Amino acid sequence: MNTIYLDNNATTPVAPEVLDEMLPYLKELYGNPSSMHTFGGQLHEKVEKARSKVAQLIGAELDEIIFTSCGTESDNTAIMSAVESFPNKRHIITTRVEHPAVLNFCKHLARKGFRVTYLPVNNYGQLNIDDLLKVLDEDTALVSIMYANNESGVIFPIAEIAEILKKRRILFHTDAVQAVGKIPIDVNKLPVDMLSLSGHKLHAPKGVGALYVRKGTRFHPYIIGGHQERGRRAGTENVASIIGLGKACELAMKNLSDEINYLKGLRDKLENALLKSCPDASINGDINNRLPNTTNLSFEYVEGEAILLRLNEYGICASSGSACTSGSLEPSHVLRAMGVPFTAIHGSIRFSLSRYNTEAEIDRVIEIMPLIIKELRLLSPFGRDKLEQFLHSPKSKFLRKIS
Amino acid sequence: MWEYTKKVRDYFLHPKNIGEIENPDAVGEVGSIVCGDALRLTLKIDRDTNRIQDAKFQTFGCASAIASSSALTELIKGKTIDEAMQISNQDIAEFLGGLPKEKMHCSVMGREALEDAIANFKGIPKAVKEEGKLVCECFDVTEEKIRKVAIENRLTTVDEVTDYTKAGGGCGECREEIEAILRDIWSVKVPEKPAIPKKLTNLQKIALIQEVIEREIRPRLQADGGDIELIDIDGNRVMIALRGMCTGCVMSDVTINSIQDKLKELVSEGIVVEVH
Repeated sequence: MNTIYLDNNATTPVAPEVLDEMLPYLKELYGNPSSMHTFGGQLHEKVEKARSKVAQLIGAELDEIIFTSCGTESDNTAIMSAVESFPNKRHIITTRVEHPAVLNFCKHLARKGFRVTYLPVNNYGQLNIDDLLKVLDEDTALVSIMYANNESGVIFPIAEIAEILKKRRILFHTDAVQAVGKIPIDVNKLPVDMLSLSGHKLHAPKGVGALYVRKGTRFHPYIIGGHQERGRRAGTENVASIIGLGKACELAMKNLSDEINYLKGLRDKLENALLKSCPDASINGDINNRLPNTTNLSFEYVEGEAILLRLNEYGICASSGSACTSGSLEPSHVLRAMGVPFTAIHGSIRFSLSRYNTEAEIDRVIEIMPLIIKELRLLSPFGRDKLEQFLHSPKSKFLRKIS
Repeated sequence: MWEYTKKVRDYFLHPKNIGEIENPDAVGEVGSIVCGDALRLTLKIDRDTNRIQDAKFQTFGCASAIASSSALTELIKGKTIDEAMQISNQDIAEFLGGLPKEKMHCSVMGREALEDAIANFKGIPKAVKEEGKLVCECFDVTEEKIRKVAIENRLTTVDEVTDYTKAGGGCGECREEIEAILRDIWSVKVPEKPAIPKKLTNLQKIALIQEVIEREIRPRLQADGGDIELIDIDGNRVMIALRGMCTGCVMSDVTINSIQDKLKELVSEGIVVEVH
């Protein structure tokens, strides 16, 4: 059975061109770029070349890119750097729908005495900039807002926010892990101070990421040790993966506009077909400002894990915001923040595509998915009439929390 | 990843006894769509022999909820209601070759639906059964249910109670209450805080401060890569220095406050910590 991989917001396959580029550095070219001898030292140049490719993809300059081990490290570094750079400021602003790499780090700082504001989103997953303006103050050390949401795919107005914060001289970080390589990003038109990206979301391997830090931004390293990365991130360079990330960025840049059209075409085809073939299904998120590869759909009366496991039988990989798949008993914090009804969160499925998906694969999902939904609904004690009944019964605390 | 046995997968992919019995003799309903799983069980019972002739289910939930429901119907068919009542949630889990621990609540849901259906058959009104203090508001779990499931399954930790009943798995506000219930059930004594000694001599105070630093404070700082050095003690003034990662840490004010709080709590209310 062939795998149909539609979970690319979780991770992507390594591009064959990327692997080819990396292999020599996992074999004969194993030196340390910091060494004085040519054998190791020659790798320094290769790392710098990779750095320039990453920089080019987002319009940055060479020395504005710091290589890290992953998106989470980039996010943690950015936040910690801001806090250390402005020791008198004790307020951080972020959103309720951030990735745990930002959200849980902010919660950690809140426990240490920092004031953290979590901005809400509306039913379409959009931010209201007025909410941000209301909470900015002299004490604000950092605003950290993701570029695009991993679950809903909704893109936030980062350029607009960045302009406001630039005028107010407040440090701004964006977690662009889901956006880089999927949509055009140019830091020349986007006055963010820091931006995180991750290799394995754009067909580079896992274990490598980068943090963009605009020239002139105060910076404190998070990992302390050797002088690597101009003293901004210690630790011997993950040479092969850095070179892989460089190649992946080069590929993304070369094909970006074609890929956007291709992915949007496939995604819309899948989405429209499923909305048509499955009654009581709906889209979660702002359909006009979304990543081209992502769709998040809710199927009422059925539970996400059950859907995923049935899809799994056909080799189809997707993900869900349901409680049973979250690793805890609580369903997706993103969909809850959006006020998606619990009934719809439990039956939410995210398909996220990549350039390696084919139309035949999408057609297969279009064929299988309605059968699975129909079968699971036959098993379910709920239906339209039952749901009505339920919604009129006293609400539990979970529902009160969102309303 | 799913860590389901082959039998769970089989019962999920090809469930037996799906649907609803027309004019059932008993109906059991548990769970809700909000909580993420719900089960409706309908039974055909011979009123002369009290034997369950047929059982069907409808389940909203994950794979293990569907498999557990289907397993339940297989287990009770052909049994008298008294025999069926002997089937525990562990029996349901065992029938399936075991369930992942965090999915044990699915087997509990099966057992509850059975109890509900049999109560319905015997004509016991719902209101009487559902009495009891609500402990977990997120998942609507009563104290009565926590006690019952904890005793039946010999649960001793809050995490286990969450695995079996979901209670405490939402906002977490009720975790302390669950712990109190468990202590009450198993009569485990609460480890008490060391009482604050009255009127310490200077020598005793110095020794106690050193002990508290070694036992309570240093290990926590070291866990974060930091350390503490005790420089001098003068009456209630404790002079310290922060070392390692604590040096120049932006959080050092917070750290010092927490050191002072700890010393106030365990040594003397008058302690003042000064940094050198």
